[in-house]
Amino acid sequence: MSVASPSSDTLKTGPDTVVEALKQRFEERIVLEQATLTGWPVIWVARDALTEVLAFLRDKSQAFEMLYDLSAVDERLRSHRRGLPEADFTVFYHLMSLSRNRDVILKVALHEADLALPSIVSLYPNANWYEREVWDMFGITFEGHPHLTRILMPPTWKGHPLRKDHHARATEFDPYTLTVEGQDREQQALKFDPEAWGMKRRHDDSEFMFLNLGPNHPSAHGAFRLVLQLDGEEIIDCVPDIGYHHRGAEKMAERQSWHSFIPYTDRIDYTGGVMNNLPYVLAVEKLAGITVTKRAETIRVMMAEMFRITSHLLFLGTYLQDLGAMTPVFFTFTDRQKGYEVIEAITGFRMHPAWYRIGGVAHDLPKGWEKLVKGFLDWMPKRLREYERAMMENAIVRERTRHIAAHDTTEALAWGITGPNLRATGLDFDLRKQRPYSGYENFDFEIPLGHNGDAFDRGQVRIEEMRQSLRIIQQCLDHMPAGDYKADHPLTTPPPRERMLQHIETLITHFLQVSWGPVLKPNESMQMIEATKGINSYYLTSDGNTMSYRTRIRTPSFPHLQHIPALMRGGFVPDLIAHLGSIDFVMADVDR
Amino acid sequence: MNWLTPQVLAVFVAMAQALAILLGAVLLGAAMTVVERRLLGLWQDRYGPNRVGPFGSLQLIADMLKIFFKEDWIPPFADRTLFLLAPAIAMASLLLSFIVIPFTPALHVADWNIGLLFFLAMGGINVYSVLLGGWSSGNKYALLGAMRSSAQTISYEVFMGLALMGVVAMAGSFNLREIVNAQEGLWFIIPQFLGFCTFIIAGFAVVHRHPFDQPEAEQELADGYHVEYSSMKFGMFFIGEYVGMVLVSALTVTLFFGGWHGPLLPPIVWFALKTGFFLVLFILVRASLPRPRYDRVMSFGWKVCLPLTLLNLMVTGAAILLTTPE
Repeated sequence: MSVASPSSDTLKTGPDTVVEALKQRFEERIVLEQATLTGWPVIWVARDALTEVLAFLRDKSQAFEMLYDLSAVDERLRSHRRGLPEADFTVFYHLMSLSRNRDVILKVALHEADLALPSIVSLYPNANWYEREVWDMFGITFEGHPHLTRILMPPTWKGHPLRKDHHARATEFDPYTLTVEGQDREQQALKFDPEAWGMKRRHDDSEFMFLNLGPNHPSAHGAFRLVLQLDGEEIIDCVPDIGYHHRGAEKMAERQSWHSFIPYTDRIDYTGGVMNNLPYVLAVEKLAGITVTKRAETIRVMMAEMFRITSHLLFLGTYLQDLGAMTPVFFTFTDRQKGYEVIEAITGFRMHPAWYRIGGVAHDLPKGWEKLVKGFLDWMPKRLREYERAMMENAIVRERTRHIAAHDTTEALAWGITGPNLRATGLDFDLRKQRPYSGYENFDFEIPLGHNGDAFDRGQVRIEEMRQSLRIIQQCLDHMPAGDYKADHPLTTPPPRERMLQHIETLITHFLQVSWGPVLKPNESMQMIEATKGINSYYLTSDGNTMSYRTRIRTPSFPHLQHIPALMRGGFVPDLIAHLGSIDFVMADVDR
Repeated sequence: MNWLTPQVLAVFVAMAQALAILLGAVLLGAAMTVVERRLLGLWQDRYGPNRVGPFGSLQLIADMLKIFFKEDWIPPFADRTLFLLAPAIAMASLLLSFIVIPFTPALHVADWNIGLLFFLAMGGINVYSVLLGGWSSGNKYALLGAMRSSAQTISYEVFMGLALMGVVAMAGSFNLREIVNAQEGLWFIIPQFLGFCTFIIAGFAVVHRHPFDQPEAEQELADGYHVEYSSMKFGMFFIGEYVGMVLVSALTVTLFFGGWHGPLLPPIVWFALKTGFFLVLFILVRASLPRPRYDRVMSFGWKVCLPLTLLNLMVTGAAILLTTPE
């Protein structure tokens, strides 16, 4: 499958045939086209037309192959919504056409008295978890959903956390207590009930074993639980259980200023460091109308690619360790340490620097940064070669990973797989090339692709990606533009210090912006980036306040885990472990 | 002092030797836990345990103290008798095998004609430790580990015995002392190279060391059959594994590398050096290889190793028949 690559200008402003096609086909059931800063047409659809519209869009002529995101907004406290349809809740569907490199966002208005929508699981299989999340967080039901239960919150939870009337802080409700009965109740609620999932306990004359893999298991990569239905060691079926790492990052965003939310983003994909800041600050900058300087853009790219390498190194070490090779992880951690020495010298922190700012970065590059970066660039290539020779060419590694958990591009798109896992199937789709942001169009690099979409290709693609990241960093080193590391704009936060030292007026402005944070005009914006594990995006809704009205964080790992049962049926337990290692997920990125 | 006849003295000497070998095997097994960690550290560009005593030499004592004082917990859902029996079998069966190994011309416990068979029998009994431990724990991971272990050990013991028959045929005896003596001119590693290869593979499998650590497979079964064991009961499985390593190394030396034979140095030193070489090999393999899938381990055993051992045995037999004068 080839992918069109329009320049970023036509992406934002060019005419979009999809809106015309929809209006022609559905006429008055297309309620409205909303103007936003998301970069894509946002179309309000009547509820009864939703399934038809989605089926039409998924169809070959429109080719929106992927349900990229599905979530909701509690509109009840939103004050700036002139011109929008009456709604207490809005559910939005973000569809992606990778073949045409076009997106479209559909919105459906719902009223409190009737919070129900038809489920679209039959159209897009990955809608399953997204619809469960919307039910869990907003209490909106999806008719026809196969298993509409809580997904992130504990099964015993009362209320729907992302509703505006649900408390946001611990101090807003009674102190937490846990009695013995309460503990028993919680544990009973976590007990797996095969019948609830339509599973049989027996087959002919043998009994299946139901095995809890996690939430504490050496290969579960965090607090992740998989319930396996086993016949011997063969996996008949499995049910992933997530939510153990849920911290309510989207809820926190509604109580943090635009600026003070940045450190929370670091902890979404906690191996991605400043890479997480990027989609957030880019989306905020769209709302604020800030254009960042070339130097700031290049610094951002360089540090993001540093983190891509450290994240992939962690992946490589644990992936091989999950295959039973105990040594590589120590070597990749040595390399990671070399990377963190550079990151620490530049940002002042290691894993979670929270270093990007609205309008730039926290400070300029330190003296002597070139030497540090160069040292890292000299160190890495021979190590990557060594990993390939010692491990990826090893017969046992190949036997454990070739044709294991393999899927093709069509299946990947249907399940919302993005990033290296998608490219391992052979589809050339990388946002840095297809929808360049932060100046990626100025860099010369290649997109590594796989062929079989199996656990081996997922590993190999990432090793190659590290090489390409090194190339990008080399170009940053060679061509780092001079200039400011922060944009000269009133909403740059914190504002450049020189601006406050003029007279009392500038001092007050500075003070307000640092203490309250910037006030952004009401609008909606979103930014996708090619993060370490796939496509990560922040969809921000501003209501003209110092805080976000709604922050939707779409992470790549969430759909990747949802895909596990479809791939693992009929596999063996060791295959599952190899697959888990090859997905490259962290639970913080899944649960948020 | 008329009770101190040469016979009584011989009994005392034999007892002292047996005791020395018992203590030596256990202590060496225990010391291997530290040696392994230090060597892994060396190969993995890190230190390993180097804080307790000079160069970490007292780490063993610290570990022993710790493991003795840990809570000795028996899960309420476990089958108590078997749960207690399993670690004892693990340790005892391997230690008993040391009886038949001649370390030097003078140092040994028993000079039996069934020497090699005794080792194979003890190896067979050793499976029960994993099987019973895994089954009696009442834990699903332990059960899967026990299941893997029984399948693996049965497959590999079949050709482990056959792999040694070439050596037996050449030496004309099951007695390990005579096997060593038969290697005075030429170590059996040369005529019995195939036998050596399959034996060492089976040896790894029988003491379930990586890459044949399928019953434990930390990344898959979270330590498998001994996941419910704590304190010294776990310690006995743990040290038992290292004692097994020492045993297989010592046997390899005895059967294929001329036992105590070697120029200049005293016999015991030669034996120790050769055994040490194989112990390091065990650790190096663990440091460098990933773990194959367990069904592949089975098919490798049946489809590759077993035919090879049979071939080896037939060729050896034919060669002996051809060279023996009428």
